[in-house]
Amino acid sequence: MENSRRKFLKTAGYSVLGVAAGSMLIGITPRSATTAEDSSGGPKYKSRDEALKAERWGLVIDTRKITSRINRSMQRACHREHNVPDFVRKLGSKQHEIKWIWPTPFKNAFIEQDLQYISDHLKRTEIPVLCNHCNHPPCVRVCPTQATFKRESDGLVLMDYHRCIGCRFCMAGCPYGARSFNYRDPREAIEEINPDFTLRTKGVVEKCNFCAERLARGESPACVEASNGALTYGDLEDASSDIRKLLAEYHAITRKAELGTLPSVFYII
Amino acid sequence: MLEKALSGSKTYYTLVLGLLVLIGIGFLFYLKQLDFGLGVTGMNRDVTWGFYIAQFTFLVGVAASAVMLVLPYYLHDHKEFGKMTVLGEFLAVSAVLMCLLFIIVDLGQPQRLLNVILYPTPQSMLFWDMIVLNGYLFLNIIIGWNVLSAEKEGVPPEKWLKPLIYLSIPFAVSIHTVTAFLYSGLPGRGFWLTAVLAPKFLASAFAAGPAFLILLSFILRKFTNFDVGKKPIQTLAMIVCYATIASLFLFFCEIFVTFYSQIPEHMDHKLYLFFGLDGKGALVPWMWTSLLMLISAAVLLVIPSGRKNEYVLGLACIFVFFGSWIDKGLGLISGGFIPNPLHEVNEYIPTVPEVLISLGVYAIGFLVLTILFKVVVGVKEEVRG
Ligand code: SF4
Ligand code: SF4
Ligand code: SF4
Repeated sequence: MENSRRKFLKTAGYSVLGVAAGSMLIGITPRSATTAEDSSGGPKYKSRDEALKAERWGLVIDTRKITSRINRSMQRACHREHNVPDFVRKLGSKQHEIKWIWPTPFKNAFIEQDLQYISDHLKRTEIPVLCNHCNHPPCVRVCPTQATFKRESDGLVLMDYHRCIGCRFCMAGCPYGARSFNYRDPREAIEEINPDFTLRTKGVVEKCNFCAERLARGESPACVEASNGALTYGDLEDASSDIRKLLAEYHAITRKAELGTLPSVFYII
Repeated sequence: MLEKALSGSKTYYTLVLGLLVLIGIGFLFYLKQLDFGLGVTGMNRDVTWGFYIAQFTFLVGVAASAVMLVLPYYLHDHKEFGKMTVLGEFLAVSAVLMCLLFIIVDLGQPQRLLNVILYPTPQSMLFWDMIVLNGYLFLNIIIGWNVLSAEKEGVPPEKWLKPLIYLSIPFAVSIHTVTAFLYSGLPGRGFWLTAVLAPKFLASAFAAGPAFLILLSFILRKFTNFDVGKKPIQTLAMIVCYATIASLFLFFCEIFVTFYSQIPEHMDHKLYLFFGLDGKGALVPWMWTSLLMLISAAVLLVIPSGRKNEYVLGLACIFVFFGSWIDKGLGLISGGFIPNPLHEVNEYIPTVPEVLISLGVYAIGFLVLTILFKVVVGVKEEVRG
């Protein structure tokens, strides 16, 4: 009730403001493709009973527990699960590389941090980076077709690969380099196709989807499972969740906090 | 009126044929790109926009520059531009056409282009760019064509054209402003994240566009007997001169803010362009050439005797045109993506197919320009009798 009233007010407000003026405001308060569909009176789907739910999914990465072996197995788990092609191995060149999660030195993951005297562990170990599922995502703001959108129900930033026109505006908009473009047919470089997940075509962008398809089946994200306890996920809005407990106990940082994108991926240093 | 484009001299036919050949080659390579994907270009995971989007940006400027003729002529009754204004409008038509084509060849899934209209998203600047570019295209076609028809009939242009002409002025400014907003509103891209991007775009456009028009009028005078006259050329030269100086000034402001503040995220892109970063600097010679060309052009043009000498003027216009082309067509886009958000340097070099497809698009634009200018020259000759 509360919700639909809010939606009504929102809609009415926008109509009054008029298309042009309203649109400028939308740019300030992000709105996603899904809200419009939810309120359209279309078919209502029940989510599966086994589905894991959260108000805002988040991830905490404990960099102290990360090893290069964990990095490798997380990437392998994610890329196998999601049919991510390995062009680097196939072609020996990084030009058409596609990656959803990958290890990188601390100084590259956190270019804005003070890097003068970082700890030995951070010098030695690479840390995993992936899409931050920003609460205020610039990639969604710039997408001209809403093919990239923020799912209001759980805060995940997701993509519709069938709507994406391949303009790559979202890649310019993402300040974390989290997105990849299919410069060619990905099937050339997928070792074994996972029939349970979509195959992309050439000409569309892709990125980490927080394993939305696994959450819907009641499973944890693949990288979390492969992380040997270094990664913890859960509901950021739920004060009793595991990740909120971790965040309450340790100081954690996010990448490029100064940009105001409000990442949902946190790093304990 | 279009029949005027059908008959012409041998030079005219050779030109048209040459352009058609270029279009054909570009089209074949585009088919290859459609089949294989954008992997035929030199773009990579970091530099995700390349030559196509850079040409688009440059040409938006050329298109917008028509306003430098329209505004003095219609708002300030600057009569001497009378003969040239329609040239500017038709140049805008062909430039916007090229812009739209460059966006289309850059898309990964061009057959889904209509999604931009089916799912209109006003918070995306690309949505607005589409609206203003198409609007500007139609305005200029309608205005140019009707003004020319009226001239042919020997009657004053229709009354309803006036509001459209006035409307085309803010549209011209808006196409380049919105295009700058595509880049300058992106968090985390220090190179573009500057409020002077839009003004700098406009200044360099008002330099490069009129410079190109001056060169075009020289060519028209040489190959046809259509002469726009000395005075409008001199006025345009003045516009080129001050616009070049303005764009150099804005560039200087950016350099000051960047290097005096010493914020690495802003400095690194410019260091890459002008000095190279991590031992990589494919664009260094280009950027210095561009800067030297623009500075020398400003010096040549600001001296009255230089500006009045048509050889010097021609040379300066070539400098301005190519200097701005390098700046926007090569440096602007790569410079924004290098280094990438993780501070890695992955360079971008356009490939042969990419350049040939671009040449094909340019050839389409020039073909349209040639035909439209042919019509203009034909009408002006007929009127003069
Ligand atoms: S990390 Fe990048 S792709 Fe992911 S939500 Fe944030 S801006 Fe979008
Ligand atoms: S590439 Fe696709 S997802 Fe990205 S901005 Fe363009 S349409 Fe949206
Ligand atoms: S959350 Fe899922 S999609 Fe995202 S990086 Fe981890 S495994 Fe990959």
